[in-house]
Amino acid sequence: MSTTLPDIHSHGGHDEHGEHNPYHQHHFATMEQQFDTSKLGMWLFLVTEILLFGGLFVGFGLMQHRYPQQFIEAHEHLKQDIFGRPFPLYGTINTLVLLISSWTMVMGVNAAQTDQKKKTVRYLVLTILLACVFLGIKYVEYSHKFHDGLLPGIFYAHQSEDLIKGTHGYATFFAFYFMMTGLHGIHVLVGIGLLSWLVMRARRGDFSSAYYTPVDLVGLYWHIVDMIWIYLFPLYYLIS
Amino acid sequence: MSTETHTHVQGAKHHGGPLIYTANLFALMFLTVVTVAAASFNFGSANVVIALAIASVKAILVGLFFMHLLWDKPVNAIILIAGFLFLGIFLMFDFLDVTSRNNYLPRNMPNMENATPAPDSMNPLKTPAPRPLDPAPAKAEEHK
Amino acid sequence: MERAVTSGARIGDRPRPKKNYLNETRGFKSWALTVDHKRIGIMYLVGTLCAFLLGGIFALLVRLTLLTPAHKIFGLQVTAETYNRFFTLHGAVMVFLFIIPSIPGSLTNFVLPLMLGAKDVAFPRLNLASFYLWIVGAVMAVSSMIIGAVDTGWTFYTPYSTTTSGTVTLMTAAVFVLGFSSIFTGLNFIATVHKLRAPGMGWFDMPLFVWGMYSTALIQVLATPVLGITLVLLMLERVFQIGIFDSRIGGDPVLFQHFFWFYSHPAVYIMILPGMAIISELIPTFSRKTIFGYRAIAYASVSLALVSFIVWGHHMFVAGQSQLATVVFSALTFLVAIPSGVKVFNWLCTMYQGNISLETPMLYAISFLMLFAIGGLTGIFLGTLSTDVHLTDTYFVVAHFHYVMMGSTVTAFIGGLYYWWPKMTGRMYSEKWGQVSAVIWFIGFNATFLPQFILGSRGMPRRYYNYLDQFQPLHVFSTVGSWIIGLSLFMSAAVLLASLRKPADAPDNPWGGTTLEWQTSSPPITHNFEDQPVLENEPYDYRPKAVTH
Ligand code: HEM
Ligand SMILES: [Cu+2]
Repeated sequence: MSTTLPDIHSHGGHDEHGEHNPYHQHHFATMEQQFDTSKLGMWLFLVTEILLFGGLFVGFGLMQHRYPQQFIEAHEHLKQDIFGRPFPLYGTINTLVLLISSWTMVMGVNAAQTDQKKKTVRYLVLTILLACVFLGIKYVEYSHKFHDGLLPGIFYAHQSEDLIKGTHGYATFFAFYFMMTGLHGIHVLVGIGLLSWLVMRARRGDFSSAYYTPVDLVGLYWHIVDMIWIYLFPLYYLIS
Repeated sequence: MSTETHTHVQGAKHHGGPLIYTANLFALMFLTVVTVAAASFNFGSANVVIALAIASVKAILVGLFFMHLLWDKPVNAIILIAGFLFLGIFLMFDFLDVTSRNNYLPRNMPNMENATPAPDSMNPLKTPAPRPLDPAPAKAEEHK
Repeated sequence: MERAVTSGARIGDRPRPKKNYLNETRGFKSWALTVDHKRIGIMYLVGTLCAFLLGGIFALLVRLTLLTPAHKIFGLQVTAETYNRFFTLHGAVMVFLFIIPSIPGSLTNFVLPLMLGAKDVAFPRLNLASFYLWIVGAVMAVSSMIIGAVDTGWTFYTPYSTTTSGTVTLMTAAVFVLGFSSIFTGLNFIATVHKLRAPGMGWFDMPLFVWGMYSTALIQVLATPVLGITLVLLMLERVFQIGIFDSRIGGDPVLFQHFFWFYSHPAVYIMILPGMAIISELIPTFSRKTIFGYRAIAYASVSLALVSFIVWGHHMFVAGQSQLATVVFSALTFLVAIPSGVKVFNWLCTMYQGNISLETPMLYAISFLMLFAIGGLTGIFLGTLSTDVHLTDTYFVVAHFHYVMMGSTVTAFIGGLYYWWPKMTGRMYSEKWGQVSAVIWFIGFNATFLPQFILGSRGMPRRYYNYLDQFQPLHVFSTVGSWIIGLSLFMSAAVLLASLRKPADAPDNPWGGTTLEWQTSSPPITHNFEDQPVLENEPYDYRPKAVTH
């Protein structure tokens, strides 16, 4: 039912000038096929990320349905006092920071694609810096919660009139708050690690218009981290 | 099926570009401001819907432009949509359950509060049921 | 007649290459660090079979305890706690360490790239990572049994699992790791199928095995992450009491079941679809006939994968979910029967007027057809609300899922192992003893599990270590059956291992198969094919034709 032909792809992995791309893996016929495959794999991985976070979103939604009043009261504690009015200052700033970092990321990818090696490094470093700013603000936010005893489960130790300890719902709200922002924060940390690796390789001159797969894939990862925050932000900081 | 075109530039053509990306960034920041502003008004339960709708628009912008889905092979977009779709299924059926938990009694059922309580002999909490599955040897007569 | 023409079994039609994937490199490191899908497949095979053995030992212990209502094994008292551990370890090992990873990790890893005419899977290193994650998960799971105990059942239902003592946290962490192993395998296969098909091979030129595994992989990627997060939540609930699943602290135990079954119902299709995939190869090969309804089977595979996501609530009919949800899930459950039926009838039509030969793999395939019919049909009983209220949590359910998981998937797995054994090892096994093992398997399986339907419908609850005296005869029957199963498996192991002692003798295509894996040598060379194969005909073309080589 099938016959064999001489290997029609024996020239795969060489560009028209007959050079061999050192990043070409033997089981792909062409560099383009290899790139498309890696990208597909990355997208599949991103979907698992979405579903992983998705489980937490669903859990949050159902618990909010169970304790609507408590969740509203608890969520007021994510806001800061700005000119006498509660405003989600940290959350909003962090949203903007992440959006800008997404922009620097995509600019970095663009620079890599167009052989602008210096620019690539510069944009990647900028992205790392913005990620650090994000985590810094998160740190400030977390330390306030720790100070107020607004913590998950058995650690919940809030001492004041509102959000009385022992009432179902409050500790659950903060459990979800810490789980979701914490998992997101871990992803930011991993992102910083990946970006640093990219910077190292970019400085070595690994990336060019002929090979930029890692930059592109880390970029996708970084945007998904941003996308998840885009949903986290209104659910935690805005809805009342 | 494996593509037989040989391009010496990886991924062939590049779409997008700094201009589009920057415009996209401003659109996203603008939407952030809008959603924060919208939250300060009270639209009742519509607040959630508005916030999530704006978030979805933002997510779509990120996907289309920053993640290149607009110019990419459609399969990648399909994968992403599938992810959200299955998440939607999960969410939908869970809510179907929790929002209909307590209204299962038929309309014409007598109000349970005024109903005559069942005799104690029918209440498993008050009358320990015979426990045939206890380690104690189960007597055959019991099951005749 | 046709067989002589299409079979590649002619001695000397191609010299056996000296170097193959088994002997090209040697030593422990050459295996431990390999990225060759064939070697990883072999390692997965060895690993999952060890898990099968471990789970099997616990199964025999469960059955031994139930031999008499006095819950004694050879006069030794078995306490309720010990019994709980027996069935938990049996279930958890079989599900998470054996059935879910076995066919994808071992047979598919080996065969799928060959069938596609590819040199490897899309991401060879990820493939190896998946195997090592499996190892880590297995070590964690086994150590949770050694250093402590888990008595929750494989389902980890809250609030019991959040309050019982023992090493539940370690066990759930193990399953979390195993989940990622499974995700990586699935992800790899999807990318491989999309991107690495041989030139000329369109989607509908792929063997149906590939369609089945592609559908499986979809579930692995889309459902497993939710299991991961469920287990994380369970661990946090246990350790920090975050108040989501335990009603004592404001949680909702039914929610756990939603989370769990959102993964685990699709997961039963991670188990059965690979079995069906194998059967779709065995039936046409041993009937010498083009598969009947190729597209129908391909679509049925994918739709089973999709439908499996919307029926999970049928595990929760009496668990306290709303009546509306119950009715909706019951109705949706019946949808599952449609693609399952489509497949069964297409296989039967393939056999109809075929030139059937009853070699060992085919005997297993025929067992599959009968056992799957019983397993699937009893699923309908359970999906029907009025009957399930009586049958849930009884031995009827136990029998149902053993007919599908063991009677179908494991049967197909063994059949597939016999089928591809010559390809994997280059050795033919003793056909006669293989056939005997298949017959004994079928007898032993039914002896063990048919009585359980009767037990369940008479009210024997599952997960109890003792029972009413009147149930004893059927329990004895079932326990003796489990010994017959053990005998058959022992025979299979002996038959296959014995074949390794002789020099390589398998022809490239011992069964006259038409898919690409039979076009390369047995065992294959490291890069699979001497030249890139190009597909010209549709799959399963058994029409007689001139010699092609
Ligand atoms: C026609 C197809 C099927 C239908 C309609 C069906 C239906 C059901 C239903 C309604 C239950 C819940 C019974 C109860 O707990 O009261 C159940 C249990 C189960 N089924 Fe199926 N099923 C089908 C096929 C399968 C397949 C193919 C597998 C696995 C390969 C499978 C594995 C299981 C398992 C493992 C359980 C018990 C889980 C537990 O509680 O531990 N089923 N099935
Ligand atoms: Cu199910």
